[in-house]
Amino acid sequence: MGLITEVGSAALVEVEEGTKIMSPNIIITSFDKLINWGRSSSLWPMTFGLACCAIEMMATYASHNDLDRMGIIPRGSPRQSDFMFIAGTVTKKMSQVVRRVYDQMPEPRYVISVGSCANSGGIFNTYSTVQGCDTFLPVDVYIPGCPPRPEAFIEGIIRLQEKIKAEHFHWSRWR
Amino acid sequence: MEALQIAEKIKEKFPEETLDIREFRGQVSVTLKKGRILDICRYLHDDPDLFLDYLVDVCGCDYLGKKDVRFEVVYHLYSIRHRHAIRLKAEVPDSDPSIDSVMPVWVGANWHERECYDLFGIVFEGHPDLRRILLPEDWEGYPLRKDYPVKGPEKEWPGFLEVLDKAKRYREFEWHG
Repeated sequence: MGLITEVGSAALVEVEEGTKIMSPNIIITSFDKLINWGRSSSLWPMTFGLACCAIEMMATYASHNDLDRMGIIPRGSPRQSDFMFIAGTVTKKMSQVVRRVYDQMPEPRYVISVGSCANSGGIFNTYSTVQGCDTFLPVDVYIPGCPPRPEAFIEGIIRLQEKIKAEHFHWSRWR
Repeated sequence: MEALQIAEKIKEKFPEETLDIREFRGQVSVTLKKGRILDICRYLHDDPDLFLDYLVDVCGCDYLGKKDVRFEVVYHLYSIRHRHAIRLKAEVPDSDPSIDSVMPVWVGANWHERECYDLFGIVFEGHPDLRRILLPEDWEGYPLRKDYPVKGPEKEWPGFLEVLDKAKRYREFEWHG
């Protein structure tokens, strides 16, 4: 599968005897690479914070660390989001809302679990806290820390981008 | 006015109701019977010398196995005009965990009393809207009681089971399968 179906002889440049290469301004790639590059370069997260990790998340969005330069623009609606930070302690009462927001996101969608509480319940091994948000959500990346520093957030996002870039045919109708 | 003087005034006015006056690190606590708590609060609020117009906090305490009377409802009062403060503690027994609401005196007690009801199960008589405030409405038990298991009761809250069930049912529609 290629974008250019027919390359005329004029498009080829002979660099030495018997060796012809593509002329400038033509790039050959696969759909997978192109689309995954596009998808991973404009990840829009759902604006959703639960506890103190959300404060770190806001700090990461803000000008000093500036996630906008990575194409990450927080969205106010799950319908426009590509992934979601579970930033903070997930209580059982809140788990219904978290799940509903996740269900409203269009596919392909991703989840980054941020901080000890969302990863495993953390110090809150109690009656009201969910022991890890992966009990009811498919989590793609776990960011450790209590709360994680902005650098850790960026590392987590880069890991998610690597995961997206390694995906094959995930964008297509046939998957 | 010094906090100890306020405590003495309460004892003078309500000698039957006052059980104990304690000072610790400059803070004075008056332990009271629960019966006339509304009258005492009305007096503290209306008396021009005391004028404790600001109810800082209402909270509950569980002294299971530590004191004879199990629960206490604690009121922190402050006077914005006179800049003095006092703490009231009303004893509430386990057999009848109820006390008069102080909402007729301070409207701000509304949510504090709801929280106290939510977590300790102390019923505030005369409260206009005594519902749970933090926990889900169909939650069973009162978590801040000392005999409540820290990791929750054996029976899981149905709302969370619903979420787990939903997650299981929707898994087959996920892209990753």
